[in-house]
Amino acid sequence: MHDTPLLQVTDLRTRFHTPEGTVYAVNGISYTLYEGETLAVVGESGCGKSVSMMSILGLIPIPPGEIAGGTAIYRGKDLLKLSESELEHVRGKEIAMVFQDPMTSLNPVLTIGKQITESLQKHTGMNLEDATRRATELLDWVGISDAHSRLCNYPHQFSGGMRQRVMIAMQLACTPTVLIADEPTTALDVTIQAQIMELVIRLREQVGMAMIWITHNLGVVAGLAERVIVMYAGYIVEEASVDELYENPRHPYTMALLASLPRVDRRRDRRLKSIPGAPPNLQVEPHGCPFAPRCELAIERCWSDNPPLDLVLPRHKIACWVDIETGGPR
Amino acid sequence: MSEAESLVRVDRLVKHFPINRGIVVQRQVGAVQAVDDISFAIARGETLGLVGESGCGKTTAGRVILGLYPATAGTIAIDKHNVRTAKGQELMSIRRKAQMIFQDPYASLNPRWTVSAIVGEPLRVHKLFKNDKERTERVKELMALVGLSSRLVNRFPHEFSGGQRQRIGIARALASEPLFIVCDEPISALDVSIQAQVVNLLEDLQERLNLTYLFIAHDLSMVRHICTRVAVMYLGVIVELAERNELYENARHPYTQSLLSAVPVPDPKTARSRKRQVLQGDVPSPINPPNGCRFHTRCPVAVERCSQERPVWRDLGGNHWVACYLA
Repeated sequence: MHDTPLLQVTDLRTRFHTPEGTVYAVNGISYTLYEGETLAVVGESGCGKSVSMMSILGLIPIPPGEIAGGTAIYRGKDLLKLSESELEHVRGKEIAMVFQDPMTSLNPVLTIGKQITESLQKHTGMNLEDATRRATELLDWVGISDAHSRLCNYPHQFSGGMRQRVMIAMQLACTPTVLIADEPTTALDVTIQAQIMELVIRLREQVGMAMIWITHNLGVVAGLAERVIVMYAGYIVEEASVDELYENPRHPYTMALLASLPRVDRRRDRRLKSIPGAPPNLQVEPHGCPFAPRCELAIERCWSDNPPLDLVLPRHKIACWVDIETGGPR
Repeated sequence: MSEAESLVRVDRLVKHFPINRGIVVQRQVGAVQAVDDISFAIARGETLGLVGESGCGKTTAGRVILGLYPATAGTIAIDKHNVRTAKGQELMSIRRKAQMIFQDPYASLNPRWTVSAIVGEPLRVHKLFKNDKERTERVKELMALVGLSSRLVNRFPHEFSGGQRQRIGIARALASEPLFIVCDEPISALDVSIQAQVVNLLEDLQERLNLTYLFIAHDLSMVRHICTRVAVMYLGVIVELAERNELYENARHPYTQSLLSAVPVPDPKTARSRKRQVLQGDVPSPINPPNGCRFHTRCPVAVERCSQERPVWRDLGGNHWVACYLA
């Protein structure tokens, strides 16, 4: 078990003021990332999982964005209060981030070599020759064959999986303590996804970094994470260890999500259980439990009060008023 | 499967897209071999899954079968009509009987048309109503069939969520009372909690209207759930075809085996104990595909023969078809 807190986020709130009205994207989430652990953040599109990570790294455009409250303590410093230049030092060097679409995160008019050496020179002050040597090593390390000659290639000459490898190599170049991976395998085919996951697991052990893995794929989480946070409509609704979450989910949303997934390794035994309705409109100020309109177990209180994230079992938190065993209030 | 039972028959279907060079004088310098000699049949009321990674030709196959792209060679028959030679009335009749549901519910609906116009368009094209009142009634009926309120018929696509738009796309496909629907990745653009809704809807409709589906997808878990039989494609060819449980439990082609082992399972204990067979490298280009078996460059068990001769498509017994020397 990892028990030294590395990043402590408390009551983070992010909003976007758009011409159509205010979007309540993240509504007071709190969690801790421990040293060396892999934490997965799971949720559907628009649940605030990416926005919450971008908020702590200062990647939200302000305006229209607004960090309306909260703290993010990383090694004694509040990331939300750092100046842009202080943040730049943290990003890339201590906290690295890999995004979903490797095509848009690489510059199409610069060679791969130029892009890697540039960041090395900037963060470590290496000269060009050393940086080039290190870049070759890095590409080799992430499994790109013929690394030296590939430095002269442009991003379009790489496949999606290889571009993601390049991104990972660039981000891990400065041996960060935290890697935030935002759906890094979503745009890839399953066999390439398996390659990237295998690579990340190997590198995680070599670098010894902590990882936050943002995804909507509950299958990927099961094979990778130690702890899981489930988000819905800008709130954390459940937090537990990976085994506990899949074996003993306690929030109706998590339970419904798991029940709606078919299994590749099992015969079909029933219709899929579907969740009625659609995720809520985030332009309305939250009132009551955000999942209540789609929840089978909702009781009266769910419509008026938003449940806080409470510890219900050792290391297992849920935000729900209902006791799933009895169906009555908890 | 006997001749009488099958609604759709595809025999030695080939689709190559030519690559041309030159501005004034064009000459063909190569071809993207998107689909290269595939054969299968789909029985009435059945769902055949067509799976594979991006670029394997599964979408092209679906479109060629409906006649949206002209085939390069081979034959396609839908309800005993030859799709490649049909013209005029016969072609209209095929178009009416065979429909498509598209992947992207954002791009496949005209943003300037109301739902009523979108769903009513096939009715107009195929002259399936006598007067406006009948048309409006039919549109409302179709909306109800896919679980949308008929009050919404005068709205525009942007007023709907992704799942609702996909329902509109399904209603449009059902308007001409088809026998056969090609579902091209109908759920992959949808959120997890919405996918099950749409899959259950497709199953209900199949049962009520006795529909036949070709279900093109890359989500192998969902395919196992919804399909009766499954065909696996790699670089334009079908490498394996079998009844779903036979395929998932007793895969014989090395590609199918590694594809299945790469699918993440939502269960941490199984995920840790499962053996993954991770393929090396990327899929080769379909412009210049490998000789012999197209998978031999990435195959963990390939022998010399695999790089020289293209494996024969053969039945291993019990309608389990495979194209591999070593299976």
